[in-house]
Amino acid sequence: MRLIDRHAIIEKNATLLLVGSLLVVTVGGIVEIAPLFYLDNTIEKVDGMRPYSPLELVGRNIYVREGCYLCHSQMIRPFRDEVERYGHYSLAAESMYDHPFQWGSKRTGPDLARVGDRYSNAWHVAHLSDPRSVVPESIMPSYGFLKDTPIEVKDFSTNLVANRRVGVPYDDDMIAHANADLMAQADPNADPTGLEARYPKAKIGDFDNNPQQVTEMDALVAYLQMLGTLVDYKNYKETTGYR
Amino acid sequence: MKFGTEIVVLGFFAFAALVAAGFGVDGPFRQHMWVLFFALTGFTAILMRNTELKPVAPVDPSAYMDGPIRYGAVATMFWGVVGMLVGVVIALQLAYPDLNIQPWFNFGRLRPLHTSGVVFAFGGNALLCTSLYVVQRTCRARLFGGDLAWFVFWGYQLFIVMAATGYLLGITESREYAEPEWYVDIWLTIVWVAYLILFLGTILKRKEPHIYVANWFYLSFIVTIAMLHVVNNLSMPVSFLGSKSYSAFSGVQDALTQWWYGHNAVGFFLTAGFLGMMYYFVPKQANRPVYSYRLSIIHFWALIFLYIWAGPHHLHYTALPDWAQTLGMVFSIMLWMPSWGGMINGLMTLSGAWDKIRTDPIIRMMVAAIAFYGMSTFEGPVMAIKAVNSLSHYTDWTIGHVHSGALGWVGMISFGAIYYMVPKLWNRERLYSLRLVTWHFWLATFGIVVYAAAMWVSGIMQGLMWREYDEQGLLVYSFAETVAAMHLYYVMRAIGGAMYLSGALIMAWNIAMTILGYRREEQPMPGSLAGLRVARSGARR
Amino acid sequence: MDYNLMREFADSWGLVAMALFFVGAIAFALRPGSVELADEAARIPLQDE
Repeated sequence: MRLIDRHAIIEKNATLLLVGSLLVVTVGGIVEIAPLFYLDNTIEKVDGMRPYSPLELVGRNIYVREGCYLCHSQMIRPFRDEVERYGHYSLAAESMYDHPFQWGSKRTGPDLARVGDRYSNAWHVAHLSDPRSVVPESIMPSYGFLKDTPIEVKDFSTNLVANRRVGVPYDDDMIAHANADLMAQADPNADPTGLEARYPKAKIGDFDNNPQQVTEMDALVAYLQMLGTLVDYKNYKETTGYR
Repeated sequence: MKFGTEIVVLGFFAFAALVAAGFGVDGPFRQHMWVLFFALTGFTAILMRNTELKPVAPVDPSAYMDGPIRYGAVATMFWGVVGMLVGVVIALQLAYPDLNIQPWFNFGRLRPLHTSGVVFAFGGNALLCTSLYVVQRTCRARLFGGDLAWFVFWGYQLFIVMAATGYLLGITESREYAEPEWYVDIWLTIVWVAYLILFLGTILKRKEPHIYVANWFYLSFIVTIAMLHVVNNLSMPVSFLGSKSYSAFSGVQDALTQWWYGHNAVGFFLTAGFLGMMYYFVPKQANRPVYSYRLSIIHFWALIFLYIWAGPHHLHYTALPDWAQTLGMVFSIMLWMPSWGGMINGLMTLSGAWDKIRTDPIIRMMVAAIAFYGMSTFEGPVMAIKAVNSLSHYTDWTIGHVHSGALGWVGMISFGAIYYMVPKLWNRERLYSLRLVTWHFWLATFGIVVYAAAMWVSGIMQGLMWREYDEQGLLVYSFAETVAAMHLYYVMRAIGGAMYLSGALIMAWNIAMTILGYRREEQPMPGSLAGLRVARSGARR
Repeated sequence: MDYNLMREFADSWGLVAMALFFVGAIAFALRPGSVELADEAARIPLQDE
């Protein structure tokens, strides 16, 4: 049999066809993706990045649950208009603790990568409860129910443990204090020393102005208010930056 | 049938769901397990009611197994209408935000319901039933594995129900087109492996020496989706009695894994699978072999070789390294070639029989599908060019592109295949009405045109408004102003979608009447053989 | 095995190998002896109901 007739064997043999096509797609996938898993070692370390505090993580889970990523990106591209509108372009290191990432693919609403500290807590609560009361053009759904939904926590440390298993550096101290930190961050009267030591720059306060209970609104606003606030761009040098 | 084992196994899992509903660690998981419990007990009850103690007639091993395919055709129609209806609802929500009903029917929870509904429930069932139809007839062999096909069919429906109800309850991994949480993912993996065994087993026991090219496309679709699904959904559950899990990857790696999946879900689910459909049903309906069989082989290898690399074009100008972006762009542009090769192959199958476009509305539907395939596989590479992408990304242009592919290509080729299959599967001489197919065709086509045009204009307009500067070097528009400018186009989009949905409803009626055995008395299509006969007899009189 | 090594492989030898495979697949499909086989295969769907 001439070499050139061998394709007939592939065409007639199901297993070979299977292996052949699997090989093609696997090699493509591996060559494309695998290098990125070696990125950790060479990516520049950006000062200020830390794992999410328990309350922020609850808020982030609500952000995921409600599908916010379907209309809001968290990825500022390096264009003049985007940098002016939203702030410094996003760095890879800024989403290093994001399981899963929330870059998004559509901007029905504005980018939220650096929305932290831009508005007051009261504005966020009003906006989430009734978006058109503060932004008349908005087409965002209302999320007033978050104010009436207390956070359901039996033991939030399990969430930190799960994150640690996939590589987020939560230490034993953080895991041991998970439930206490969760409550303390939404309580302006609690002693913040431990929380601030574990999670520098954490925003503390009664976010939804309802001291009776810690609600999902508290958590979501706590998350939104920290977005993009961890890295101090005054000290970031463009030339050594690695993108 | 006695269904003894099935009833015991289902009853056991229903009990397990009940236990999980009682001991689940989070509210949504407990609610989800109640849904599972009721689904499984309902199914068990149906099986018990259908139990007969009479001995079962032996199966003819040479006859084709068409039961699951009939169910699959009905499921395709049902989920198609549901998924498109949710699409119209969320389109209206964007135009009229007061239509959001918190928390379960907010846009953020309904949107995955729409995408999964049309991609996996409608498209998935269409692929499932046509692949089983095609593989039996081109291999001249009965489906492998006895009742395995029934397991695949019902297992897949259970996956759809669990995924859909999960979205409404807020259970999501937030990975686009792969939103279901870990336990639903595991279930889909089991069903999908069974599907692979079923399909491959049937090919292995074939009586035809050659494996027809449609089966190559179907096989690569099944294998690749299995790989993509498993890798992209790797995650760490918080508890085995809870719905929440955290992705195994983070940040850049997670983004690339997701869009490697997301892009290839388009490439292998919405393209390769449906090309398998095209390579069987177009020659069948036209009653002539494919234009060039050798071109179809090149089409196959080129497509699977190029597609897998193109994922990074979803991440242009993000924090993804530049080399990966460039790689994605280059491969996306190269993809244009095999796509158009495939389009030409499909269209030229009709060479010498072009009159069929006028006389056969089913062929017309298939030709429109192939034309839309060509159009969106041209638009795709254009949008993958970084300069174009900097404008189009994050805007409605992407949504318009997806829908010209999904409504035009995937939808129309599936409609054509179902129109072809249903009379054959139920032993009807013809469809209830060919005139209704024509109605469906025009409603669908105009619907797509309105939809895509509205999204082009709104997408490009919004992209330009975001980057517009005045003479002083200040941004002209606030974000809110760009949102307000979208309103008219969102209304138009909803109208286009509603037209497409109404076409699908006409089809559902047509299919239902065909299955029930009715035939509409109507004038034959002008120009067709039957039509000419009528015209001639009229002239004679 | 570090990141730079992997990426250099990806956009050089990896690409070349895949391109060669692709060219090979086309050559196989277009080889002179395949016409008859292809015509035969193309008729498969029309043979049987």
